[in-house]
This record gives sequence, C-alpha cells and structure tokens, in this order.
Amino acid sequence: MRLGYLIREGFRSITTHGFMSFATVTIIVACLIIMGSVSLLSLNIDALIKDLEDQNEVVVFVDETVADEAAARDLQPYIESVANVSSAQFVSRDEAMDSFMSKYDASLMEGIDSDVFRHRYIVHLSDIAYMSQTKLELEAIPGVAKVNAHLDYAQSFVTIRNVVTVVSLVLIVMLVFVSFFIMSNTIKLATFGRREEIAIMKMVGATNGFIRLPFVVEGLVLGMMGGGLAFLAEWGLYNVVTGRVVGTITGTFINVIPFRNVALEVFAVYMAVGVLVGAFGGVNAIKNYLKV
Amino acid sequence: MVLMQNVRKVYESSNTVALDNVSLTIEDGEFVFLVGPSGSGKTTLMKLITGEVRPTSGKVIVNDFDMSTIKRRKLPKMRRTLGVVFQDYRLIENMNVYDNVAFAMRVVGAPNREIKERVPYILELVGLGGREKRMPGELSGGEQQRVGIARALVNSPRMIVADEPTGNLDPVRSLELMLLLEKINEMGTTVVVVTHEKELVNAFSKRVITIDCGEKTGDSNEGGYYGI
Repeated sequence: MRLGYLIREGFRSITTHGFMSFATVTIIVACLIIMGSVSLLSLNIDALIKDLEDQNEVVVFVDETVADEAAARDLQPYIESVANVSSAQFVSRDEAMDSFMSKYDASLMEGIDSDVFRHRYIVHLSDIAYMSQTKLELEAIPGVAKVNAHLDYAQSFVTIRNVVTVVSLVLIVMLVFVSFFIMSNTIKLATFGRREEIAIMKMVGATNGFIRLPFVVEGLVLGMMGGGLAFLAEWGLYNVVTGRVVGTITGTFINVIPFRNVALEVFAVYMAVGVLVGAFGGVNAIKNYLKV
Repeated sequence: MVLMQNVRKVYESSNTVALDNVSLTIEDGEFVFLVGPSGSGKTTLMKLITGEVRPTSGKVIVNDFDMSTIKRRKLPKMRRTLGVVFQDYRLIENMNVYDNVAFAMRVVGAPNREIKERVPYILELVGLGGREKRMPGELSGGEQQRVGIARALVNSPRMIVADEPTGNLDPVRSLELMLLLEKINEMGTTVVVVTHEKELVNAFSKRVITIDCGEKTGDSNEGGYYGI
C-alpha cells in the first residue's frame, strides 16, 4: 500500500506543480537538443573526414619484369594480405592508358603503346594514419616496383581528424557539464517551493526514504518525458537541417548520416540522461531540506 | 515525558546563548504552558524537544529518547511519539483537510482501512466534521489550526507540543483552541503550549514554566504569568 501510495504521490506531484514540471521538462529538452546537435554535427564531420580519407588512394605499380597480366594479377592476394589494406583493385596497363587518355588530350598518346604503362593496383587503406608503414610493407612485396602514396595529404587528414575529435570532445564535455548544471538547478528551483512540505513531513515522523521516493518517481517521469520529447524534436530538427540546409548549400558531394542510423543511440542516450538527471537531480535537490 | 538537566544551547553561527543551565521535568499527562517574552529561548526549548536542534551541553530526554545523542535515523521514530502544532498551521496547500490529516498516518504506514476510520473521528473531535473536502485556503485561521491539531493528534502521540498555536488567531478563537487542547489533555495526552499571551495563560489554572534570557525563571503549578 505504502509503495503504491508513494508512486501515486510522485505522479500527483507532476500535475499539482504543473508549471515547475513544465519548466523542468523544457530545460531538459533544450539542453539535450543542444548537446545532441553538437554531438551529431561532430559525428557528421568525422564521417565526412573519413569519407575524404577513403578517397585518398595508394597506387601500387607492378614491376616491368612481370609483363604478363595474369602474373600481375597473382600479386593481388599478397597486396590484400598487408594489414592496413582494406581493398585492392587491379588495373591493367591497357585500362591505365584508357584512363589517362580520357583525362588528358588523346592526341598526346598517338603512336605510343600501352607498354609504357605498368600494371597497377588501386589500394584503399583502413586507416591512413599508418600510410607510411603500409607503403613500406607494400614495397617489400616481390614484383612491386613502386608505391605512390600522398603521405603529406594523409598527414593533413590525420591532423584535421585529431583536431576535430579533440574540439568536439571538449565542446561536448563542456556542454554536458553546463547542461547538467542548468538541469539540476532547474530541479532545485522546482523543489525549493516544496521545502515547507518536506519540513512538515519530517515533523510528522516521515523517514527520508518516504520523502525521497515520490521525488524520485517524479524526477524519473519528468526525465523520461524530457528525453522522449528531446528525441522527437532532435529527429525533426536533424531532418530539416540535413535535408534542406546542407542539401542546398553543398549539393550532393557530402553524404550526411541518416538519422535512422543513429536513432537508437540518440534515443538511448537521451533517455539515460533524462532519467539520471531527473532522478538524481530530484534527490540531490531535496538533500538539504532533509537535514531537519 | 520531558526531562532536561543543565541544558545549555549556544548557536555557534551567531555565538548566541539561547538557553543556559535549564533543568525541568514534564510528566506524562501534564498540561504545561511554556511562557516568556520574544527571544527568551522558548522556541529553542521546543526545538530541543522536537529534535530540530541538539543541546550544546546537558541532557534532554523526550519520551524515552535521549535527544543529546539520538542518531538522525532514529528521529522519525521519536517524532512519531509527538504531535507538533505550529503558529502558522503548516498545512500542505494542495491537499484537502482529509488528506492533510491522513498524510500523518500514511507516514507511519497505517493501513487504509484504519485511516478511513480514524481521520473522520479525529476531524469530528476537533470540530471539523463535514469539512473533509475543503482545501486549507478555504478555511478560516481557527479552522486551519484545528486541522493542524487533528494532524498532530491522529497518530495518538504521547505528547502534543504547540508553538504559539494561537499567535494568528483572535481572542475568541484562541480560547476555543485552548479549550480543545485542554480536552485533548483530559483524554490523557501530555500538552506543552509555548506562548507569550499572558491573558490566555492566566485564563487557565495550569502549570506555567517561565523562560527569560535563556534561563528558567519560574515554574508554578498554580498557573499565572506575570511577565511583560
């Protein structure tokens, strides 16, 4: 009976202190959206850099001594067995010449045989941070003449990625702290008006647990409401921003992460933060009023 | 029962001596007025009884609990042996009369059936029968104080401590309220009334303990309050 009563009291409190409940949920929603938007932006920048990194390919030239195409193709398993190689695509000397001619003035190639081109592999790496080491390993494969890798570009991408990661992390951590501070203060403000009620409970012999439980229930419900509403708002906001603004400014060469790919994680994080802030915020807010 | 022996209370934050070397005994079933001018130490004495403050030195025993050494987690159990009535009523504004009184029973884990029987009986006893559904804001000061008394009484405490219970009431309502507390005392509950209302105290022939400048300056079984 008592547990049921205390849970009912928690729910009742939400409606009887309607305005403060509304303020608490609004602040939780606002803080979560700011925090979430920065996180999603950082995630997209990270994905964009990763995308650009993937376009940074390494060209492995096959030695002229391996003139036969079939023999050149036999190198594929050796190249693919190098640790950091994610894919290796064979390009014959004829295909290389065709590609060259399509890019440049075909008249330049008149009377030139495809033999001047080497068979080659277009190699993509799993992590370009290890490009120089991978280059050495590829060069060590018998039958490989030369490896062309833009180490300076790779280094630039790695630096940009590291900077973005650090800046995002610092920004997110700061926002998390600021948000927790704002949310817990809003809950404190919401409970301030109820210190008299708590003092009365103490005077009639209520235990701290008896007083706390309705606040925990109330905080949990408000936190879940805040988390759920923030998730829905973030969903709408993200789709509007990515669908309209990013689309019109950048055209098609940037692929944003679809919300459905991260929806579960966003939902879980929002609910967890909402519940934690709501429940612990409520308990923490009344802590001082219990010392009577 | 209250036993105080050489009690001294100093508020360290302001270095104020609120009580100094106070010794007194209040037996079960007594009706006692605790009187004195404002700032004399009456409220501190009451707070020592309710466990809101602890003595700096000396011994305070209330209903078999040693208040000088009582652990914080034991305070709720001790407070359930008391009924506290406040000058400003301290009712929960968003609860109706019934719930304000029933709430004190829920705190101690009383079953619903018992609450449904006991609350109407107590409300009838304090003269509030039929007003169960009213909200505190819809009641007069006297009626609100009666709700406060009903709440203090509902768990059948051994002692009722009333801090200036008539402070916000007119003389007629004050007298009615004191008569109600006298009736409760006659039913066996110890009643301690903290007040500085001379006329009211003198209208009853009860024991009067006088506190002035933090010291006990009088303890008369005959009644009578002659201070300013």
